[in-house]
Amino acid sequence: MKGLALLATMVTGALLLYGTGDFPPWGDPQDPASTYLSPVYIEKAVEQTHVPNIVTAILGDYRGYDTMFETVVIYCAGMAVLSVLRRNREDEE
Amino acid sequence: MRDINEHTPGEDLIIKTAVRLMVPFAQLFGLYVIVHGHYSPGGGFQGGVILGAAFIMLALAFDVKTSQQYMTIRVNTVFNNLGAAIFVGVGALSAIFGGLFLDYSALDKLIPMGPVEWRSFGIFLVEVGVGFTVMSIMVLLYWNLSSGGAMDEGL
Repeated sequence: MKGLALLATMVTGALLLYGTGDFPPWGDPQDPASTYLSPVYIEKAVEQTHVPNIVTAILGDYRGYDTMFETVVIYCAGMAVLSVLRRNREDEE
Repeated sequence: MRDINEHTPGEDLIIKTAVRLMVPFAQLFGLYVIVHGHYSPGGGFQGGVILGAAFIMLALAFDVKTSQQYMTIRVNTVFNNLGAAIFVGVGALSAIFGGLFLDYSALDKLIPMGPVEWRSFGIFLVEVGVGFTVMSIMVLLYWNLSSGGAMDEGL
């Protein structure tokens, strides 16, 4: 079972590493993020959301899914610790 | 039930007094960071951690039981579920009112105050939800890890 888990992790990691090969070079001014996405955020964010802080506008609105699942990750961490560690007095007696 | 003002020997009076004075300001600062996330660096995660740190300070200077007088386990459970529910609920509500999931401008049909203003206000609602969850999960993590899951005395 452990070997299977290791294999799954290795294969997923290898696939992810292989996927990064298709990324545009780091900091390339011609990549889609620099030519389209960032200018739109910088020019339109305040107008479209009325939030002066662009970081908050991107995190809370344009990237809402990301922030939502960040919250869910923290929630899951709490629940994991709770389910591993929590014990009631009654259980021990 | 322990009184926070009562002095018991063996515990440091200076630390306890300092924490007692710092907690209200830390909580106020946490709320400020959440609410002011629209205008300055900050938001739900950062403010939630500061709010959680206020309770953790109480638990450190006194003990876990004392901090549970101010946030009971039940309230903590309500908060961490409520926070996640607010975030998902706002997203689902905007989907119900004809937009995409998490497209807050659709909530204009619920309370008309302009789609753009709703996007601003939707971010605020979501940040409050994040703040609730992060605050209570931080406290929950400290309670469990410091007391080995018993949630009684702590360190």
